[in-house]
Amino acid sequence: MAAPVSLQVEFGGGAELLFDGVKKHQVTLPCQPEPWDIRNLLKWIKQNLLKERPELFMQGESVRPGILVLINDADWELMGELDYKLQDQDNVLFISTLHGG
Amino acid sequence: MCEAAGDDGGCGAGTAPERRRRAPAHSHPRPCVKCGQGSAALIIRLGDAFCRVCFREYFVHKFRAMLGKNRVIFPGEKVLLALSGGPASSAMLRQVQEGLSRETAKRLRFIPGLVYIDEGAVRGQSAAQREQSLARMETLLQATGFPYHLAHLEQALELPASILRPGPGGSGKPSPSYKDAVEGFIQQQRQEGDGDGDTLVPGLGTRDTPVGPPAAPRLPPATRTQELLRLFEAVETPTAREELLQMLRTHLILQTARTRGYTKVMTGESCTRVAIKLLTNLALGRGAFLAVDTGFVDNRHGDVMVVRPMRDYMAKEIAFYNHFFDVPTVIVPPLPTKRREKPSVHRLMERFLLGLQEDFPSTISTVYRYGDGREAEAKASSESQRCLLCLCALDIAGEEELALEPTLIMEEPEPVGNGCCQDTPAAGVESRAAFIPLLCYSCRLTFKELGPLATLPPYVRAEAQRRIRRAELELQSQEVLPEDEEPGKS
Ligand SMILES: [Zn+2]
Ligand SMILES: [Zn+2]
Repeated sequence: MAAPVSLQVEFGGGAELLFDGVKKHQVTLPCQPEPWDIRNLLKWIKQNLLKERPELFMQGESVRPGILVLINDADWELMGELDYKLQDQDNVLFISTLHGG
Repeated sequence: MCEAAGDDGGCGAGTAPERRRRAPAHSHPRPCVKCGQGSAALIIRLGDAFCRVCFREYFVHKFRAMLGKNRVIFPGEKVLLALSGGPASSAMLRQVQEGLSRETAKRLRFIPGLVYIDEGAVRGQSAAQREQSLARMETLLQATGFPYHLAHLEQALELPASILRPGPGGSGKPSPSYKDAVEGFIQQQRQEGDGDGDTLVPGLGTRDTPVGPPAAPRLPPATRTQELLRLFEAVETPTAREELLQMLRTHLILQTARTRGYTKVMTGESCTRVAIKLLTNLALGRGAFLAVDTGFVDNRHGDVMVVRPMRDYMAKEIAFYNHFFDVPTVIVPPLPTKRREKPSVHRLMERFLLGLQEDFPSTISTVYRYGDGREAEAKASSESQRCLLCLCALDIAGEEELALEPTLIMEEPEPVGNGCCQDTPAAGVESRAAFIPLLCYSCRLTFKELGPLATLPPYVRAEAQRRIRRAELELQSQEVLPEDEEPGKS
C-alpha cells in the first residue's frame, strides 16, 4: 500500500485556461494499492481538476499532442513519460504549445 | 562548442519518418550528449538529450547563425519586432536583447523597435480584460528600453489604400551587398555621434517609449470596435476569419514599419508554426506562394522586408527556453468559434500535424524542409499582376477562372454602404464580381466567405475601386472596338 503523495501540479502556456485560470495546484493523491505514476495522475486530474472539455487537454490516456510535460523541471521524455513513478513533493508542469504566437 | 547544434541549422534532423522510441522509465538522470557532464533537462530534435547550459548555448547560437547565414539585416538598420505576447515572439525578443548585450565581436548591430497589435476585440476579451492584457504587455515592452508601438486591430479600419501596394525600392533595384553595408555602417559610426532626429510621420496612435510608468491603456472608441466586430461577424467561416485577422494584423504592422521608418520586420513563427502554416496554405490553395508565406525572407511589400528568424526552432524548444530562462509571455485567447461551426483549417492542420509528430518525430521538420527547398518567386512586374489581398503574383489561368466564377458571381451588385470613409468608391460600381479578377486563387476562396462588401475594411474597398477603374481606363484607351464586347457595368 503506497502512502499518500503530495504534489505541486502547474499549468502554463494557456493550459491554465482549462483550469479556471489557476496555474498552481497543490494536490494530495490518496493511498492506493499500486504506486502513483503519471498515467494515474492524468486520470485523477481529469476527474478532479478538469471541469470541462477534457479533449482540449487529454487524448486517450495521455496528454494531447502539443502539451509538454515537465517533471521536476525536466522533460518527461527523459523520465519514462506515463510510466514515471511519482515521488512525494514532485513538481509536474504542463505547458501548452497550441495556437501560440 | 557549436558543432553539436548542427550546421545545417534546420529544426530537426532525420529524413525517413522514423517511429518514435520511448525512453524507459527511471532512466533519469541521463547525462547531456553535448558536454557529458550536466544532467539532461530536455530532449531536442531526435533524441538528443541536452543539459540546461548546453541547451541555452544551442538556442542562442541558433539565432545568430540564422541571421548570419542569411545576411539580410544590415548593421544600423531599423528592425521592427512584431510581438504577440506568445512564446515564439517573446523568445525572439529575448534573443535580440541577448544579441545586443554581447561583447562587440558577436554583437547584433541593428536597431530594434517593437510593435504589439491588440486583437482583444475579436478574441472575445471584455474591455477590462483587454486593458489588463495591454497593461501587462506594455510593462514588458517598456522594460526592454526599446522604442515600442502599440496599435489596436480597430485601427486597421483607418489604414490607407496604399498599404495594398508594394512600396518603392525593394524588388527592383539590387540592394547593397552585405559587406558594403557593414563597412558603411562602421564609417558612419565614426563620423556621427548620436543624431537620431526621429522624424515621425503622424500615422497610427502609437507611442515611443514614454517616460514613467505606462499610462492606463486607451481603448479605441466603442463605435470603432463595433465596426470591427461587424466585419468579423459577417465572415462566414472560422477559416476565413483567421485569414482576415492575419491580413489586418500584417497590414497594421507594415503600416507601423512604413510610418516609423523601419525597413525590416521580424516575426516569430516557429518551425512548428511554419509547418502548420505550410500545410494550411496548401489546403487553402496557396501552394504557389509557399516560399513567400513561410520562408525566411518575405519580400512582397517591396520597401519593407519581413523576416522569420525563429523558423528553425521547434515550439517545444521555445517553451522550454521560456520556462528555464524566465521569458515572460502574455496569453491571448484564440479566436472564438460560433456554436456548431467546424474548426478552421488552421486548427485542424495543427491537430493533424502535432498528432502525427507524436508518433513520427520527424514529421514537422520534414514538412518544414519541403518548404525550405522552394524558391521565392513572388516577383510580379506591375501591381495589376498582384493579388489585392495578399500581394502575391496572380496565379489564375483561364480555366480555373471559369471553374470558380459561377459560385462567385451569383450575387447581385450590392448597394454601396454608408459613404463615411475616405475615398469611398463611386456609387454603383461596387460589385463582388468586379473584385474577382483582382484576387489570387486562394484569396478568391477566402473572399467568397468574407461576407458583404459593405463590411469590408475601407482600405480594401478603396484600393479595389482604384484598380478596377484603372483597368477600365486601360481597356478604353487600348482599343477601338470593332464589335461591341462586354460593356462596363452600369
Ligand atoms: Zn551539457
Ligand atoms: Zn491572394
